[in-house]
Amino acid sequence: MLTLKQTRQLRTFLLGSLAWIVALLVFFPIFWMLLTSFKTELDAFSSPPQLFFTPTFENYIQVDSRSNYFHYAMNSVVVSFGATFLGMLLAIPAAYSMAFFETKRTKGTLLWMLSTKMLPPVGVLVPIYLIFKDVGLLDTRTGLILIYTLINLPIMVWMLYTYFKEIPKDILEAARLDGATPMQEILRVLLPISKGGIASTLLLSLILCWNEAFWSLNLTASSAAPLTALVASYSSPEGLFWAKLSAVSTLACAPILIFGWFSQKQLVRGLSFGAVK
Amino acid sequence: MNTSSLPVEHSAQAEESSQSVQSQRRRKSKISLAMVSPSVVVLLAWMIIPLSMTIYFSFIRYNLLYPGDEGFVGLENYYYFMTDAGFTAGLTNTLWLVGSVLLISVVLGVLIAILVDNMFWGRGIVRVLLISPFFIMPTVSALVWKNLLLNPVSGVFAAIWNFFGATPIDWFTHYPLGAIIMIVSWQWVPFAVLMLMTAMQSLDQEQKDAARLDGAGPIAIFWHITLPHLMRPIAVVVMIETIFLLAIFAEIFTTTGGGPGYETTNLAFLIYTQALLEFDVGVASAGGLIAVVIANIAAFMLIRIVGKSLTEKH
Repeated sequence: MLTLKQTRQLRTFLLGSLAWIVALLVFFPIFWMLLTSFKTELDAFSSPPQLFFTPTFENYIQVDSRSNYFHYAMNSVVVSFGATFLGMLLAIPAAYSMAFFETKRTKGTLLWMLSTKMLPPVGVLVPIYLIFKDVGLLDTRTGLILIYTLINLPIMVWMLYTYFKEIPKDILEAARLDGATPMQEILRVLLPISKGGIASTLLLSLILCWNEAFWSLNLTASSAAPLTALVASYSSPEGLFWAKLSAVSTLACAPILIFGWFSQKQLVRGLSFGAVK
Repeated sequence: MNTSSLPVEHSAQAEESSQSVQSQRRRKSKISLAMVSPSVVVLLAWMIIPLSMTIYFSFIRYNLLYPGDEGFVGLENYYYFMTDAGFTAGLTNTLWLVGSVLLISVVLGVLIAILVDNMFWGRGIVRVLLISPFFIMPTVSALVWKNLLLNPVSGVFAAIWNFFGATPIDWFTHYPLGAIIMIVSWQWVPFAVLMLMTAMQSLDQEQKDAARLDGAGPIAIFWHITLPHLMRPIAVVVMIETIFLLAIFAEIFTTTGGGPGYETTNLAFLIYTQALLEFDVGVASAGGLIAVVIANIAAFMLIRIVGKSLTEKH
């Protein structure tokens, strides 16, 4: 017979093991991608797939010469940071004034911003494509930066708004009584206090831009194509380059995956428009 | 919202008696207008300009391959789009894709969030592993699944099937939509897990302990305490996932190209083929508007359920 304590320990052990099994299954595709990136193309295609093999770094060494990796990576970096910066420039003042100078329209405006996210991208694909073609924004980083700023702006405003709401109003009012202009108030008081919230918002925007794959596939061809498009180019059936695909994919996903791991709790707030904290 | 605006008006009337307060209020509203309007203006432009162009294009004959042939055609484009063989398929596939991924991610999300809520060794690592797929870019998930896991000759699934003496399934030939649903679920279950895991932490442990002392079993606790607590986050998950799932594109683009036939074509992909492969701007715009209407019906219902509680919290 088991004692009560032993039953509880057994239960904890079984539930813990189950959780580990589920987690490893969920993570398996990523692990397998990492593993395949160290295989030769021949090993990558062997049947049955091999768990043990002689690892090679060939795929990583050749990643730039074979697929011009750094060109695409650079585009991803410029576009993600550009859109994030521009988005912050618009979102911080908006969220500041909504959180501290709330009017009757504030809640309506916030909900309206959320509703712009409901507009399916295909509904505006044709006109955006034609406008971009006419003004020469097709396949440019500037074009992608503009689109990404607009699609992420509602999320950024919402996320910052929920963080700013938590700051006691007195702190800002004290600065205002000392004669600070709104600009000084934001730069010298608000931003330093809400560093955490600002950082999470930046991170979320970077992640969303980095992984965006509707506009990047439709509006870029080569010169402004980011990593999502580079990876998509491996879908053409002109040969089997799975080990190289894996190496490129690993490099493309690693930074965002690590960002995500470190900021999972803060991201919940932004991704749920402040509804889950 | 209606009830909360009343006391605000009262206090506003009281404030108006003092002139300095009044001028301060005017200054405040000027500041807030200057600060909110850039965001509002760009978003408004982003919604109105392309959308009105889509509406206009949808009523004219406009094919980029035959320039100079533009003319008003009334509802002809809508007729073409809706009688196209791809339309019914696209609509059904969209509903299947959104519906099944939502169901899978909510059910698995709740179960996994509850499982991970227990204390056990390495819980932090388990949580990180569980949410990882959400951060993988869609084109990578799609190609890794297609080539490394689901490939009928050298994929991992084929090896498992062979191990048990079964014939490996050629997923993308026999169950193409099923394969897409699998890939998309793998990306979005972690999102549900992330949200619900966080929500579980605010569950009142004392309430659970009290219920347990009263003799409530784990199932009763789940139905009467845990699930009601998770209803709001579940609603949020459903809302956010619906927005993204209606627009699934990259996964189809990189794996099946909508095929075989129309078997994996959703509305987003159908409109893309009309616009950028067949250059039929008119028909594609009509399709785009139909997608907007469908998304709005979904959004209207969802905002009614979820939207109100989003702002009430603050």
